[in-house]
Amino acid sequence: MDSISENLAWMAWTWQTGLFFAVIATLLILFTLLGVWRPERARVGVLGIPTTRGDRLFITLLGSAFINLAWLGLVGPDLGWALALCLVYALAVFRLV
Amino acid sequence: MDKPLNNRAWWLVAPVFLIVAFSAIVPIMTVVNYSVQDTFGNNQFFWNGLGWFQELLDPSTELGGRFFDALWRNLMFSAIILAIEVPLGILVALSMPREGWKVAATLVVMALPLLIPWNVVGTIWQVFARADIGLAGWGLNALGIPYNFTGDPLAAWITIVVMDVWHWTSLVALLCYAGLKSIPDAYYQAARIDGASRWAIFTTIQLPKMNRVLLIAVLLRFMDSFMIYTEPFVLTGGGPGNATTFLSIDLVKLALGQFDLGKAAAMSLVYNLIVLAVCWVFYTVMTHAGSERPQREIAG
Repeated sequence: MDSISENLAWMAWTWQTGLFFAVIATLLILFTLLGVWRPERARVGVLGIPTTRGDRLFITLLGSAFINLAWLGLVGPDLGWALALCLVYALAVFRLV
Repeated sequence: MDKPLNNRAWWLVAPVFLIVAFSAIVPIMTVVNYSVQDTFGNNQFFWNGLGWFQELLDPSTELGGRFFDALWRNLMFSAIILAIEVPLGILVALSMPREGWKVAATLVVMALPLLIPWNVVGTIWQVFARADIGLAGWGLNALGIPYNFTGDPLAAWITIVVMDVWHWTSLVALLCYAGLKSIPDAYYQAARIDGASRWAIFTTIQLPKMNRVLLIAVLLRFMDSFMIYTEPFVLTGGGPGNATTFLSIDLVKLALGQFDLGKAAAMSLVYNLIVLAVCWVFYTVMTHAGSERPQREIAG
């Protein structure tokens, strides 16, 4: 374990960023497994383009990044409500897009 | 429609995935790690939370000020070159020969600027625009027009814009030319029978038939100009002052000049997100624009 942490020292890991990437990796794995077990067809939503679950996940993650940045720039550094807003946004994307 | 898919083929992507992991994913993870910390070198890092992002997004701070200035400059630059290159490219494509030996000759001449390495383009224009030995710079001054791109921000901007137009209008023209070539002759015959004017042919046949390639050209040129680095770096180095410091130039100054890894990481992530969003729009439009086209044509 020591050698692994020494070799990764240049990447300057923190537990917060580790958690961040773990969540994204988990989401990607979950959606891959979901794609294998429950194959789906693309459907056309409010954007007028066919989207799959993966597309909707991408739109959610990218949009969430912008929501958090906008919150940080316009409201303040407390991102709790921004995350709540992201969840609402995610629900909307998965239902409507 | 329901073709059985063999998902085992995905394993063939594994080598690419491995390479991308090393060349892109691991570096991006590192940048994310840097963006929430501060360092004074020696591989020692101190937690700074969202501090850099907060500073970056607040125009009243030093970091935020220069970020929004560079972003604004970059968007202005993209808007200006698009406003020039797209109409000019269409005009050039319309006047290019359609048959005979002239086609090959024109295509080669048009492709020449695209084949020159970007740093060489910068060097060519750097020498060309110099007031002491450059043909353009010396000539303009000899004509009595004061021109000095190293001292005058407006002159620097004009030089960079002209350089970009020289470098990339060919691409727009070639794309439009390809769009024009794909129009069947029957359309023109019908227009002739109806006695359509040159302008009517352009607005009702050629422009609608070029809309897809034009969309590609606009998005491609936007992305490229939004990420421009080499040519202005060689030509002006971001100067005079900060007049031509675009996002990528500012980022390099911040990361490699000042070694502010945390600030630079935060800035590059926000920059990256903007590029990613535009890329997604680009990709979506490219892959779906064709599928709606037939209906629109029938309706039109």
